[in-house]
Amino acid sequence: MRLADIEKHLKKFRVGIAGAGGLGSNCAIALARAGVGTLVISDFDAVEKSNLNRQYYFSDQVGMKKTIALKENIIRIRPDISIIIHTIRLDPSNICEVFKGCNVIVEAFDSSEMKSMIIETVQSEMPSIPLVVGSGMAGWGNNELIRFRKIDDTLFVCGDETSDASDDLPLLAPRVGVVANMQANVAMEILMKLK
Amino acid sequence: MKILLNNRNEEFDNKSLSISELLQIKKLSFRMRIIKINGTLISKDKYDSTFIHDKDNVQVLYLMSGG
Repeated sequence: MRLADIEKHLKKFRVGIAGAGGLGSNCAIALARAGVGTLVISDFDAVEKSNLNRQYYFSDQVGMKKTIALKENIIRIRPDISIIIHTIRLDPSNICEVFKGCNVIVEAFDSSEMKSMIIETVQSEMPSIPLVVGSGMAGWGNNELIRFRKIDDTLFVCGDETSDASDDLPLLAPRVGVVANMQANVAMEILMKLK
Repeated sequence: MKILLNNRNEEFDNKSLSISELLQIKKLSFRMRIIKINGTLISKDKYDSTFIHDKDNVQVLYLMSGG
């Protein structure tokens, strides 16, 4: 398939990004570059200086809401993409409304409790929508441990599934970027199979 | 019974096991996890009352912090 045909196909679809931190910002950029037509991005946080070691923001955006800053950055790459932002804290009561109409949802939260919450909510209330989860990306090196696992037709996992982020095992651009781009790659693969 | 646990074949002497029993036998103690049996997500409060049988596909997903 030629690049122009791939872009024409991806333009028809909508991807939800739950969280605009290290995973979400980098994944959104990759999907935008690939040509996905609409991105729905949700995050309640503002850009902090400490985020710049791995998240797709710039130093002059510190203090801005991540949703607004990320939209600005995507538009600079692809002005023709449609971006819907929700600057709210996602919970079981609003997830379905926020991601209604999405063909795929990318889980890009920081905390494991939030990861668990969105998996339970999407799988029980939007059971036909594929969900791409990131789990285990702290530290550096160990490329051979990062993997992809298809649990079933609606649940996919990227990451090493073992490295828990902490003060002694921080999150850094290379490994977070690998997992974020793996998630984008899974989302794209799902979209390319759709009619 | 023979089951598929995270895409690996596992064999047990028991005819069935509750999720809690399986977690104990396999020493799967990390608590931030999602468990699906044959594609159905099982909520945490049902680990004692949900049983795994021969030929079941059990998937355990560990959720690590970081994103």
